[in-house]
Amino acid sequence: MVPTNYYVILSAILFGLGMFAFIFKRNIITIFMSIELMLNAVNLAFVAFSQALGKLDGQVFVLFVIVVAAAEAAVGLGIIILIARSRQTLNVERVNLLKL
Amino acid sequence: MNSFLSANAELMITLVKIALLLFIVLTVNAYLTWFERKVVAHIQSRWGPHRVGPHGLLQPLADGLKFLFKEDPTPAGVDKFVYYLAPLLALALALTSIALIPFGPDPIRLFGRDIYLGITPPDLNIGILALFAVTALGVYGVALAGWSSNSKYPLLGGLRSSAQMISYELALTMSAVGVLLMAGSFNLKKIIEAQAHHPEWGLFGWNVWPQILGFFCFFIAAVAETNRVPFDLPEAESELVAGFHTEYSSFKFAMFFIAEYTSMITVSCLCSILFFGGWLSPFPASWTYAHYLPSAILIPFGLWVIWDGIRYETLFGRIVLPGVGTAITALGALFVLLPEVNAFIQAPFWLLSKIFVFLFVYVWMRGTLPRFRYDQLMAFGWKLLLPLSIVNVILTSFAILAKMQWWGAK
Amino acid sequence: MTAQLAVFLVLAAMAVTGAVSLILQKHPIHSALSLIVVMISLAGLYLLLGAEFVAAVQIIVYGGAIMVLFVFVIMLLNAGIEEHTSISKMAGAPGLLLVVALAGFVAATIARSTENIQATSQTGELASTLGISNMLFKDFVYPFELTSFLILVAVLGATVLAQREKS
Repeated sequence: MVPTNYYVILSAILFGLGMFAFIFKRNIITIFMSIELMLNAVNLAFVAFSQALGKLDGQVFVLFVIVVAAAEAAVGLGIIILIARSRQTLNVERVNLLKL
Repeated sequence: MNSFLSANAELMITLVKIALLLFIVLTVNAYLTWFERKVVAHIQSRWGPHRVGPHGLLQPLADGLKFLFKEDPTPAGVDKFVYYLAPLLALALALTSIALIPFGPDPIRLFGRDIYLGITPPDLNIGILALFAVTALGVYGVALAGWSSNSKYPLLGGLRSSAQMISYELALTMSAVGVLLMAGSFNLKKIIEAQAHHPEWGLFGWNVWPQILGFFCFFIAAVAETNRVPFDLPEAESELVAGFHTEYSSFKFAMFFIAEYTSMITVSCLCSILFFGGWLSPFPASWTYAHYLPSAILIPFGLWVIWDGIRYETLFGRIVLPGVGTAITALGALFVLLPEVNAFIQAPFWLLSKIFVFLFVYVWMRGTLPRFRYDQLMAFGWKLLLPLSIVNVILTSFAILAKMQWWGAK
Repeated sequence: MTAQLAVFLVLAAMAVTGAVSLILQKHPIHSALSLIVVMISLAGLYLLLGAEFVAAVQIIVYGGAIMVLFVFVIMLLNAGIEEHTSISKMAGAPGLLLVVALAGFVAATIARSTENIQATSQTGELASTLGISNMLFKDFVYPFELTSFLILVAVLGATVLAQREKS
């Protein structure tokens, strides 16, 4: 059997990488993707603990997280399309005006 | 070597099964193109392929050789990695989905082991979910091919297809929910067994009767998922040259082609498993003489092939066709003579016949229907199919609830 | 080393490679592909943990819908190679620092709390799909209904956002 610790450590590594990507990347779509990566890392921890404790709450929670991520992706990508239309760029550093 | 074989027997059996399934699927694909060209030709009052081999039967071989030996130029400015990845992805996912299909309930006893038909054992717990998962990934092959080609028509084809496949996947999944509610399981084997509750009803016990709405939505959405006429906008020849695979040639094009035909087979399998009783016979269980139907079809067909063969124009045909006919007749005779074999092939026979009927419907539609306009396609998916399939889920749930409340079933 | 541990290590290596590749790739499409690799290997890990329903949902929703949407938007906007200015290069250093701090914190927490959580995963079936549906439709029915409302709002929001303004 794989110890639960391993899953938690993997989850922490993935979350850290997601956080780093969130800070480091400049393309707004990639930044959005790193949020998804962080959500995924958290999901892994949820499922691992659900297995370790023998309860299904964690898995149900993962389903909720996935639903929220889907809703977030729909709205977020809508906003990204709007930004790209009005600013002609996807670089977050060039999106620095509140009003055009 | 022998000890290695016996130690890893499961692995070896699986590998052999994979190789065998791959061979069968690729051959069937090749002859599906022949079948399609022949049927469409006859719908349009033409003869279809007729030159290469008797009745054009060697045409798939010639096509395959052509694919292999054509020049394979890579267009300028493509994203190399994604450009090579896309056809591989399309083909691999299409073949993976067919590996999840069970082709029969009973194992063969060979070398002291139970060998199931199909690569995964038939009672995979999340069978249909796994299938939907693999088909859900299928859109990447098309979308990435369109994007990486660095050309405007493929890009449009890729955009169209990803929008289309996301939209129709919702309807596809929702329309299967009714069947899942009735079976109470994701397991493909249990879904089929749930349709055999009344062995005397025969084909009237199948899901297609209570789920006719679901079947309607499922089949249309499935046709759209596989990008076939009348939903073939991603590869509309007259508007987009060839859509997402315009810039692909030679074997990479063949990979898309094989992927498309393989997913046609998968969808036909799914339709017959979910709605048409899978490997169940359409006749009531008491009609035991229906067991001889495979032979009753094979023997006359074989005799007809022999009869047709001895009058064929070319010498080659006069030699090959009677040979093939004799083999088919012998197979039919074998089933009559060996009752055990006959009992075993019943399930795969019915499943394969149903798959064949669906493949024919696919080709028939291609010969009959014109293409949708793009806005019509989206409106059809979102405004008709999706609401209909949701209505189907609600109606099915209420019916099951009513059954539990008033008749106390389950 | 058991077979399960080997599978775990392979999948974990795939996931971490994918995540690192998401950072290193210059083009958004390549980043998206790396993220898909992460998601698929996570689905494999869920299978290893016996959460088969979650694994299937992970691939269907994340792999088949959300990431397709990302790829679709990247194609639609014709996003090019990412440009890095001097400010963004500066952001790398504090970012690394943060990641190291987080990793240290998590490692310390795990090291201190090993006795609290069971060290090994449990074996045996949780009967997960049936159990999940029971929880979802009985214990968590109000949150479940709320998510449907959330999705409705998201659909409306996305429609309003993506609509072209009528001049």
